[in-house]
Amino acid sequence: MSEAVMHDIHHDHHPEGLRRWLFTTNHKDIGTLYLCFSLFMFFVGGAMAMVIRAELMAPGLQYVEPQFFNSMTTMHALIMVFGVVMPGTVGFANWLLPMMIGAPDMALPRMNNWSFWILPFAFTLLLLTLFLPSGGPAGGWTMYPPLMLQTETAFPFVIFAVHFMGVSSIMGAINIIATILNMRAPGMKLMKMPLFVWTWLITAFLLVASIPVLAGAVTMLLTDKFFGTSFFDAAGGGDPVLFQHVFWFFGHPEVYILILPAFGIISQVIPTFARKPLFGYASMVYATCSIAFLSFLVWAHHMFTVGMPLAAELFFMYATMSIAVPTGVKIFNWLATMWRGEMTFETPMLFAVAFVMLFTVGGFSGLMLGIAPVDFQYHDTYFVVAHFHYVLVTGAVFAMMSGVYYWLPKWTGHMYDETLGKLHFWLSVVSVNVLFFPQHFLGLAGMPRRIPDYSTQFAEWNAISSMGGFVFGASQLILLWVIIKCVRGGEKATNQVWEGASGLEWTLSSPPPYHSFVTPPTIEDVTSHS
Amino acid sequence: MSDIQKSYYLPEPSHWPITGSIGLFTIFIGAATWLNGAAAGPFVLFGGFSILVFMLFGWFGTVIRESESGKYNDQVDDSFRMAMIWFIFSEVMFFACFFGALFYARMLSVPWLSGEGAGVITNLILWPDFTADWPKNVMPDSDDFHVYKEVIPAWGVPAINTMILLTSGVTITLAHWAIKENKRKALSGWLLATAVLGFIFVGMQASEYHHAYHELNLTLESGIYGTTFYMLTGFHGLHVTLGAIMLTVIWARTLKGHFTEDRHFAFEAVAWYWHFVDVVWLLLFVTVYWV
Amino acid sequence: MSVTRLNKTVPAILAFLFSCAPELVLADYRLNMTQGATTISKQVYDLHMLTFWMVSSIGLIVFGLMIWSIIHHRKSRGVKAAQFHHSSRWEAVWTIIPILILLTFAAPATKTLIMMDDTEDTDMTIKVTGYQWKWHYDYLDEGLSFFSTLAPEHNKARQTGSNIDVTKIENYLLEVDNPLVVPVNKKIRILITANDVIHAWWVPDLGWKRDAIPGFVNVNWTELTEPGIYRGQCAELCGKDHGFMPIVVKAVTETEYKQWIEQTKATQEAAVAGADREWALAELIERGQAVYSTNCAGCHQTNGQGLPPTFPALTGSPVATGPIENHIEVVVNGRTGTPMQAFGKQLNTVDIAAVVTFERNALGNSVGDMVQPAQIPAAR
Ligand code: HEA
Ligand code: HEA
Ligand code: HEC
Ligand code: CUA
Ligand SMILES: [Cu+2]
Repeated sequence: MSEAVMHDIHHDHHPEGLRRWLFTTNHKDIGTLYLCFSLFMFFVGGAMAMVIRAELMAPGLQYVEPQFFNSMTTMHALIMVFGVVMPGTVGFANWLLPMMIGAPDMALPRMNNWSFWILPFAFTLLLLTLFLPSGGPAGGWTMYPPLMLQTETAFPFVIFAVHFMGVSSIMGAINIIATILNMRAPGMKLMKMPLFVWTWLITAFLLVASIPVLAGAVTMLLTDKFFGTSFFDAAGGGDPVLFQHVFWFFGHPEVYILILPAFGIISQVIPTFARKPLFGYASMVYATCSIAFLSFLVWAHHMFTVGMPLAAELFFMYATMSIAVPTGVKIFNWLATMWRGEMTFETPMLFAVAFVMLFTVGGFSGLMLGIAPVDFQYHDTYFVVAHFHYVLVTGAVFAMMSGVYYWLPKWTGHMYDETLGKLHFWLSVVSVNVLFFPQHFLGLAGMPRRIPDYSTQFAEWNAISSMGGFVFGASQLILLWVIIKCVRGGEKATNQVWEGASGLEWTLSSPPPYHSFVTPPTIEDVTSHS
Repeated sequence: MSDIQKSYYLPEPSHWPITGSIGLFTIFIGAATWLNGAAAGPFVLFGGFSILVFMLFGWFGTVIRESESGKYNDQVDDSFRMAMIWFIFSEVMFFACFFGALFYARMLSVPWLSGEGAGVITNLILWPDFTADWPKNVMPDSDDFHVYKEVIPAWGVPAINTMILLTSGVTITLAHWAIKENKRKALSGWLLATAVLGFIFVGMQASEYHHAYHELNLTLESGIYGTTFYMLTGFHGLHVTLGAIMLTVIWARTLKGHFTEDRHFAFEAVAWYWHFVDVVWLLLFVTVYWV
Repeated sequence: MSVTRLNKTVPAILAFLFSCAPELVLADYRLNMTQGATTISKQVYDLHMLTFWMVSSIGLIVFGLMIWSIIHHRKSRGVKAAQFHHSSRWEAVWTIIPILILLTFAAPATKTLIMMDDTEDTDMTIKVTGYQWKWHYDYLDEGLSFFSTLAPEHNKARQTGSNIDVTKIENYLLEVDNPLVVPVNKKIRILITANDVIHAWWVPDLGWKRDAIPGFVNVNWTELTEPGIYRGQCAELCGKDHGFMPIVVKAVTETEYKQWIEQTKATQEAAVAGADREWALAELIERGQAVYSTNCAGCHQTNGQGLPPTFPALTGSPVATGPIENHIEVVVNGRTGTPMQAFGKQLNTVDIAAVVTFERNALGNSVGDMVQPAQIPAAR
């Protein structure tokens, strides 16, 4: 049907070279941009983590000044969270949502371009601060006042960078909601959508609800610093803790923004390699919804030690614990999907299985942190650092790696190098545990986080952790090489790529046509569940 | 929604988004350097705004041209609607954040500082002389803050402003009825009336600020009352200004003959936005001025 | 390396590593939370172990099943995939069992929390104030107060590139000049606040930490039963020297405590003695040197070079070499909005006179003038 797309691209004339990327309104090009940006920032943020681990390799201050160390910690986290995982998962969304729901593109392609093209500018604004005479922000990624207000020239740059990223996220989220609700092919009922689409729909709601709150929080910081307001100043009737409430009201949903799309990816990968439909599709959807709902009720578990009234401590403790239930449902459903399947272990599946196990480890430590009286001991120690790296690195990042290996053949039209992929997996999975598992011990033994130097009793585990860190970091160069190699050539990928894959995206050619579905496909039982 | 969709609309590659990014980037650089005391700051900021305005004209111009040339189908219309709804929702959350700060200060931090509930020791040890009296006295240590004589009473200008906004809610609805019956004259008339009411509101608000700053010494630096008062009403005022400008643009477009009885998304989007601004004001009126 | 070889070698290496685990454990590495020295800390420890064993067992079951499935349900073994994809019964099971498990955590946790919250009926009160980067202790019933900072030897060793072997220093970074001395078997109410930014007061052996929020006071309590030395650290990022504001609590018997109070009061009185007499230049400089290294060197550095642009150099600084009134004014009142605090509130008049005089006649400056302690009160 050649009238299908109402403009003149069916002769597929679109700009080439740089202009193709700058001006693109194509979901695949934009997805690629997002993914490349994310990968690039992963190396930038990772390099900062390497500085941290190098300094912590041995007690005593060897390489950096404490202030610079703090700014490495701060920047590392901001980059990893806002520059790697968020853009990365949006990249997946861009590439896959239209293909999965049978649409030609995103609902609002021009805005889609803008969502991406804000990011390089926003991160320039942020990274610029490292070159200011007084250095980058060093108040932690949580930016608690009054400390954050002591930031010098970097201060307004950081605030505006956060605003800027927020604009990008909100536009991205709106676009995703509109796409999913409005662009589905006929017959693609909500409860037929692949789980990745579902998790992104919920994530997008979380984004529009929470990012504006972050924008508000940093705006208050800005006016407190420059315009004499007293939101966070007790002398004027405010309260520094108010910031923490506002920040974490954003911050906790934010961590689920980081993990829900990862859950989605895993829910696509495991059924494929188990050659068996996803177990408990409906309960997966409900679990995702309840996690999202609960995520707005638990924020103060990051603030157990600020001295809240007893009733508040209890409420937030119970609410926090309850999140383990829907998350558990997901874990068990994945297990049941694998159960009596016909499994093969190509790289995507390896990462997916590692995800399920290691994310659970992170979830367990999260649950322990949620027990308020014990959190009084854990809080602000390396136990927390271990917790969130398990859910973020072996959680969100591993899921993204799984997804990259899974869809790379679809995206590029070539199979990646399986041997290298496996090498990357095994090196990563071993070293990441050497890197982060000892941090549990460090935290329990009493090592606070965000310190550049420590008492000698912590020396051994820190040395081991740093070694793990360097190996993990170096292993990521393999990932880079695999991707470059795959883009440049390799064995031709079939449409279906994986024997057990099902879903609309696998009905398209590899690589898919410029506009995914020019005519809406018909949906019978093409999805992986029924 | 997802039923029988025979054709899609996909826009051409566009240079407007990246222009917008450059504009915003310039704005932020200008503002940041200005706040840091650089003399060039304001000029850079102004340059950035010019780029942004240029982009807005260009981008919306493209959209309007495409729309008027009939390229858009119902699906595009729906996408736009959803985008607007969720954009407004994000704005709601932004305001919720500041309302949250107000409630927190009124119900928790200020009472604690004056020794209520969990704050007994705080008051005893750190602020022994402080007794809270919202809105008159909210500053435990007023040395560094502007002590104000009184606050703006609800039943003066704010009440009139409430009437103005409520009226404007009626006029925009009248305009909506007019567009649906294709009464072009009435449409532009009511639209203009709405925009004018909006600008009157902003003007009254500005003179009220002037009064508060110069006669009552109630400023942003008047502790948490001044802070929440100006931040909430200020952001609201900003939104009214934007809304009124948008209304003016829509009004101008009606004069040019844009919109039809059944295809007038831009009009509706602005109307929704206006209602949103209206509702925020009602909440403000009750929680900031009245109780 | 071929794929299959890789798939065999790597697990082998893994297995080897895990078999080394006992070795690693036997080395003197601390792995677990301290049981601590108070009833609270013991309860907290028990809760920690309870949740730890519970989640470990859940983990064992979940991972066990998963690994079993990974081994047995693979294509290379010739299995054919089952096609079930739903079971209300199982889904109910794994919703309800976790809820029950969570209840077993919630009950003791609630009890402990309520106990920790009970700050009534205490025997004495100590106020703790966090400063960048030191602690101030105020014995409210005794009228005794002092600052507690990182011990000088440690402070020297921890400078970047100091080349001092820190492993040779006992309790590296966990030693202070003036520890907090408390009596055993007394329920002590601890009030926590801060002067500049948020800090957190944490001694693991007490079983809790609490944030020190500027402008607000948090109330806690503790009761130590065993005399001993308990060490901790600031646990909330508070700026560049967050890692260098340790806490040392010395628990002593009631009589020792009484003695210590008397002694400390006497020393403090001796220190301010002479506030009204005339001091010689050399005398002031000598005393100023000591004051400088404990209070100022953290930011302005031992050699006075500071860490520009944030922390200005005092060597050749227009303030430290200009009119002495301005110099005194900065030190006494600080500069609001910067880390430079109002030291008038922290140091006695002799110390202020001494440090100002020191800064003008040392650190590469040689203005030659001096200020007498008697002149300081006028500047406050
Ligand atoms: C992807 C991100 C992510 C995810 C998914 C989570 C998930 C969880 N987190 Fe985590 N968290 C972070 C990222 C994340 N977190 C970050 C970044 C911080 C630090 C921020 C900072 O301070 O810088 C943090 C900090 C943090 C704290 C504050 C610690 C402190 O500072 O003192 C707490 C406290 O309650 C917490 C709890 C939890 C809980 C209960 C979950 C739950 O969702 C976990 C649920 C999962 C499971 C429990 C495992 C699977 C379940 C089963 C197998 C079922 C059966 C199990 C039982 C019945 C036990 N997290
Ligand atoms: C998604 C989020 C994410 C990710 C992926 C990571 C990844 C890593 N993180 Fe981090 N981290 C956070 C989020 C994240 N982190 C957050 C939120 C904080 C809290 C900050 C705060 O307190 O405010 C934090 C804090 C934090 C700390 C605590 C700092 C402190 O408290 O002082 C440490 C310390 O070990 C650390 C380490 C690491 C390491 C080693 C990795 C590794 O996984 C990184 C691996 C990647 C690379 C190394 C890059 C690739 C390779 C190269 C660049 C090639 C060159 C390298 C070599 C040759 C070795 N992170
Ligand atoms: C927490 C860090 C910190 C400590 C500790 C500190 N200062 Fe400062 N000091 C500063 C900063 C920051 C400034 C710059 C203030 C500004 O920007 O105006 C400063 C400025 C000064 C100046 C003015 C220098 C100039 O050229 O403007 C003097 C004099 C001074 N300090 C003396 C002292 C003395 C004496 C002590 C110890 C009793 C001390 N400082 C301890 C951070 C500190
Ligand atoms: Cu004080 Cu950290
Ligand atoms: Cu959380």
